[in-house]
Amino acid sequence: MEYSLQADHLTKLFNGQLPAVNDITLRVRPGEFLTLLGPSGGGKTTTLRLLAGFETPTKGRIQIGDHIVADDSHFMPPEKRKIGMVFQDYALFPHVDVAGNIAFGLRGSSKDKARQVKRLLTLVGLTQFAERMPYELSGGQQQRVALARALAPNPDILLLDEPFSNLDTGLRAQVRSDVRHILLETGTTAIFVTHDQQEALSLSDEIAIIFDGKLAQVATPHALYNRPVNMQVAKFVGDANFLPAEAHGMTADSRLGEVKLFHPKSGRVQLMIRPEALAVGFDEEGSRATVLWREFYGHYQRLGLALADGTTELIARTGVDRYFQRGDAVSVSLALPALAYDSESQHVLS
Amino acid sequence: MQLADAIRPRLRINGHHHRVLARWQVGNRQLAQAVSLAVVAVVMIPIAYLVLGAVSAGQEGIDYLIRARTLRIVGNSISLMTAATLLATLIAVPFAWLTSRSDLPWRRAWLALGLAAMVIPSYLTAVTYTEAFGPKGVLQSLLEPFGVDRLPPIKGFAGATLTLTVVTFPYIVLPVRAALLHCDRSLEEAGQSLGLNRWGVFRQIILPQLRPALSAGMLMTALYCLSDFGAVAVMHFNAFTRAIFIQTESYRMDKASVLALLLVGMTLVLLLLHSRMQIRGRHYRVGVGASRHLELLPLGRWKAPALIFCASIVFLGVVIPLLVLFKWLLGHTLTNPIQVPLNLLIHNTVGVSAVSALVVTLAAFPLALLAARGATRFNRWLVNVAYAGNVLPGIVIALALVMFATQNMLSIYQTLPLLIIGYAIRYLPFSIGATESAFAQINPRYEEAARSLGLSPWAALARITVPLARGGILAGLALVFLNVMKELPTTLILRPIGFRTFATRIWSAYDEAFLSSVALPGLALILVSAFALAIILRREEAIS
Repeated sequence: MEYSLQADHLTKLFNGQLPAVNDITLRVRPGEFLTLLGPSGGGKTTTLRLLAGFETPTKGRIQIGDHIVADDSHFMPPEKRKIGMVFQDYALFPHVDVAGNIAFGLRGSSKDKARQVKRLLTLVGLTQFAERMPYELSGGQQQRVALARALAPNPDILLLDEPFSNLDTGLRAQVRSDVRHILLETGTTAIFVTHDQQEALSLSDEIAIIFDGKLAQVATPHALYNRPVNMQVAKFVGDANFLPAEAHGMTADSRLGEVKLFHPKSGRVQLMIRPEALAVGFDEEGSRATVLWREFYGHYQRLGLALADGTTELIARTGVDRYFQRGDAVSVSLALPALAYDSESQHVLS
Repeated sequence: MQLADAIRPRLRINGHHHRVLARWQVGNRQLAQAVSLAVVAVVMIPIAYLVLGAVSAGQEGIDYLIRARTLRIVGNSISLMTAATLLATLIAVPFAWLTSRSDLPWRRAWLALGLAAMVIPSYLTAVTYTEAFGPKGVLQSLLEPFGVDRLPPIKGFAGATLTLTVVTFPYIVLPVRAALLHCDRSLEEAGQSLGLNRWGVFRQIILPQLRPALSAGMLMTALYCLSDFGAVAVMHFNAFTRAIFIQTESYRMDKASVLALLLVGMTLVLLLLHSRMQIRGRHYRVGVGASRHLELLPLGRWKAPALIFCASIVFLGVVIPLLVLFKWLLGHTLTNPIQVPLNLLIHNTVGVSAVSALVVTLAAFPLALLAARGATRFNRWLVNVAYAGNVLPGIVIALALVMFATQNMLSIYQTLPLLIIGYAIRYLPFSIGATESAFAQINPRYEEAARSLGLSPWAALARITVPLARGGILAGLALVFLNVMKELPTTLILRPIGFRTFATRIWSAYDEAFLSSVALPGLALILVSAFALAIILRREEAIS
């Protein structure tokens, strides 16, 4: 079995409106953690609900393991698909205690069930909470119960719909890495929906970017960040500076002088430069710039820079070993090759 | 605004509301639809027969419609409705405010006693008023030493208005009090900081927040007044319901159905006017901060008048009816020669009410499910038709079912099943409303979570939805039970010969002027109603 999940040309229309999901094709390998990333209302959750079986696709085909669960003629209801789902609001059954929630999807003797519940409570670190009711738990604990409940019947695929968005910022990072570890430990194949690019970059094996119901790019976090296919993706995953330039093969002339390119290009292009690719200092070389503002984050600082031409502004991110303040005259140069997009199509021509 | 939206009250519940998100794509939709269709077909019967009956009257019907007597009936109903609604509002708003936002002593007790007027049916209150305020009544004998030997007549407009005011004012108190308790204190503080005095705060900050609750309560009261039979019948005030009853009793069905259609038309106009007036604004709290605890306003030198005000309301609503009933119970002057053992009455009343409540709850279940989870145009239409009972007064349903049974199914005429169908059509909206709001409060993700854990749609319904909605379903059941027990006109017209309930017994005792025979069934009815109401109110508290 090469893929745990294959979705082909998945399309969903609600009452003749614009398609919420438009011709999406995905492949997920066993044990892989795939993230659907995109702005709110872009069709990520609908895609997930199509995979789960809570919505019927208008067009397309879904295969989980060896079973076709949805195509033009078949529709397998959610309870037959062997999927686990963690909901944004957890949806813990309020009338059932923690153990009861985890045991809900289990079949077999009560002894087997009890053993499995205990195993999962240990896995998520909640052994003392078996008899609590959901409302007696904190957000992070509820989140872990929801995960345990979804994992209990050993699903082929786990679907997570923005599971961290209801947690406090402080708690979120911790819960996030806990969940990642549990999934690694159990070897679970998971598909995860989020609109938070930090979350997606830090957790995923692969990220599928969805804009307006369409798949924009599928790539590893590293590739996505460094080589986004277009300016829209570049802007969505992290800060990006865009600079017009004239390309000649592997170099281009810009307001930062001659810069190196990733791909050979010619003619008018837009350079995409990540803030940390800019080297800022008080050196002789490089272009002249003035510090407009500075935000200090402890482990790095963000700088707003105005180039000497007076019209170009750039955002730079540097370490905290140097002290900058507003009005400083600084030098800027490009430390890494830049990505160049066609000015017209805003796409990388490869 | 669609007519259907007007008939069907918009669901307003606390907490999260999941109707919009719910897309209910499970296999049992077809079954729910099939059952709903059958229920709706039964609801359609009276409407169809009413229209047929009126149409068959032809030119005669039109002549009757524009006769001076008919127009006087319209005038009577409108003036009664207007007077009672305004009076009820005038006493309900201060009463609600005093029992929720002031430092009035024994606030909860006053509230409970004030609301207790709800458990006394209008005809019973009216009967006791004729004794208390009528000629040679209690009030007059009290006033005799002061030289008062004649009181203005209680029967007619005055008596009907007084009775309906007292009986309906709780329907305004309840929503207004809830709104007062949910008012955002920080809004009032913001008003004060911008220079408003107390009265300014009330007029410009509190009152606008009360408007939706106030208009909903007034609408309820107005509809109650239009459809009430007991008070106008006892007070001999010729409003619609009494006129329809008299025509039906003498089998002038065409005239009765012309009047009935006119009455239904008036309720529809009322609902449409109300929905037009609804302001589409945001009347709930917008902020994210926690709602501040409400401060109680000291009454100061207004304490004594406030206490007298509350005491008079309780005196009118509860004390007078109970005093008169006890006087009759102990007096035993003239007893109805036809003795009906009390346990038979209890058996009949509680039995038929319980069976009707069960039937209504079962019939409402699939419709509530469709309303909360199956949002398609066809389903919405089904549910809206099922809400028809809201605009069909009991007397109208009874008339329509009599026409249906005598013309098509004589075997069912004057049998318990027909009576129960009559109750079911009338009170279906109560049960659908309660069940639907209970369903709508359930996060549909619970059901999806259950499905993702391997449960079939039926199993998810049985293990998740129904247990979570149990409180709401039971509250609906109790509400229907309470109302069936007090129901008078449908019972009088559709009951099998010789079938007696508390309500019919009170009616016949009054009709035949054996007033002391009202006492026992009257007190028993109040007792059982109070019990059912306690269950409903406990559920309300649990929600809010």
